[in-house]
Amino acid sequence: MSATLRTWHKPPFIRNARLRWALWLVAGIYIAFGLGTLEVNWGRVIDGVPRGHRFLAAFFPPDFAARWDAIASGLAESVWMTVTSTVVGVALSIPIGLGAARNLAPLPVYLACRSVVALSRTFPEIILAIFFVKIFGFGPFAGFLALSLATIGFYAKLLAEDIEDMDPAQAEAVRATGASWFQWLNYAVQPQVMPRMVGLSMYRLDINFRESAVVGIVGGGGIGATLNTAFDRYEFETAAAILLLIIGIVMVLEYASSIIRAKVQ
Amino acid sequence: MPVLERQGERAWRRHERIRQLAGWAGWLIGTAIFVYCWQLLSGKTIWAFVSDAHSQAADLAVRMVPPRWSYMEGLWRPLWDTINIATLGTLMALVIAVPVAFCAARNTTPSVLLVRPVALFVIVSSRSINSLIWALMLVTIIGPGVLAGVLAIGFRSIGFCAKLLYEAIEEIDPSQVEAVSATGASGPQVLTYGIVPQIMPAFAGIAVFRWDINIRESTVLGLVGAGGIGVQLNASLASVAWTQVSLILLAILGTVIVSEWVSAKVRHAII
Repeated sequence: MSATLRTWHKPPFIRNARLRWALWLVAGIYIAFGLGTLEVNWGRVIDGVPRGHRFLAAFFPPDFAARWDAIASGLAESVWMTVTSTVVGVALSIPIGLGAARNLAPLPVYLACRSVVALSRTFPEIILAIFFVKIFGFGPFAGFLALSLATIGFYAKLLAEDIEDMDPAQAEAVRATGASWFQWLNYAVQPQVMPRMVGLSMYRLDINFRESAVVGIVGGGGIGATLNTAFDRYEFETAAAILLLIIGIVMVLEYASSIIRAKVQ
Repeated sequence: MPVLERQGERAWRRHERIRQLAGWAGWLIGTAIFVYCWQLLSGKTIWAFVSDAHSQAADLAVRMVPPRWSYMEGLWRPLWDTINIATLGTLMALVIAVPVAFCAARNTTPSVLLVRPVALFVIVSSRSINSLIWALMLVTIIGPGVLAGVLAIGFRSIGFCAKLLYEAIEEIDPSQVEAVSATGASGPQVLTYGIVPQIMPAFAGIAVFRWDINIRESTVLGLVGAGGIGVQLNASLASVAWTQVSLILLAILGTVIVSEWVSAKVRHAII
């Protein structure tokens, strides 16, 4: 037996060699082309370096005091916008989610509910907010509506998917006892989807708070307006304070929701 | 089994008495909080405008149709910019997210006490700030334009990608890693032969998933001046050219549908 040296190579992620190289080539051409058409105004970027320094320096220490009234009222507005829009959004999602589950709803209802979900998922919150501001006037009500609608798109879709994935044996067992439709929903469907749904509504609360910080940019109320003003006036110390508060609140929310999720699951 | 006894008859209940009372108390507190928040919201709302909404909506609908199709010529370039912002931003985020994720995962981090908290802080702060706010910041610092958009999308996506990736790393099968290290493999070799092949599908899935989200987000970054089709949207809104707005919305809709189709195809190919 001749002693040929054979080395082993791990199999590549994409097995087809031709496809692999073609993908690399396409990606390379795209990146070159994309970077080529980026049109960066380097002069302006270099001008921004000292301003970036100032912005970073503004975090040590941030200035909570100078505009505390505006920050406090903006944050409070964000918080109660988050609470109301999450509650209303989730409450409206339940009938729509039930309707969008294929194993529960007849076809016409299913299609109607699915199209509501698709519609509210397509556009980002901020575009919804622009339209609600135009229709309902400036202020937190427009932001509240935008966040509620976005919540429906998110929550109803996941609820419907969860119902479609449920264990049919339990549902059949409850139905066999002669339960009415509502009893069946309450004792067979709800216990199966409840733990995940509680977790998801906490998660959505978290998302809505983050989004409530941006609907203010287009006049939808909340902390976003204060933040936008701070940036416009180059008051980086105030902006830094607001950003730190947002990060802090999101961290608290995330921690709280992880505890609640661990409890219900 | 929780049972309620009343007049000698035993009836089944879903929960024990204590749990039922706790549930009611929870509902009561929750409702109180909601009603209080609703009151605050209602106080800040000018209801005259709200009651006027249906005529405003009708007015808007009339002014938005038909879309000004000729404006489409000027939209191809911003659309290309939008896709670039999303794609290049995602690439940038992935390049940074991989080392961050390895530092954040309990089983691969160099130091649980020193490095892991730093990596987790990077993840949280990147995730909690919306890409529009990142854009707002970057536009004031480096000026308006596509670069600010790419960086905003990138910064926002680092946390998202790193979080999902480090969760995937923590869930890998340790026996494969052990087998590779038992052959005498060095640290980097264990990484490339024991860990990377296991997380590769998750990585590709995360990349495509985030790219899809980023396409959506990059369409609005222009509202604060960070490039893409949002710039045109902002200009059209400012000049109340509603027929252009409706065309832009249609363009966004088309882009989102195409990106969703592409990502569904790619995810299907991976799994």
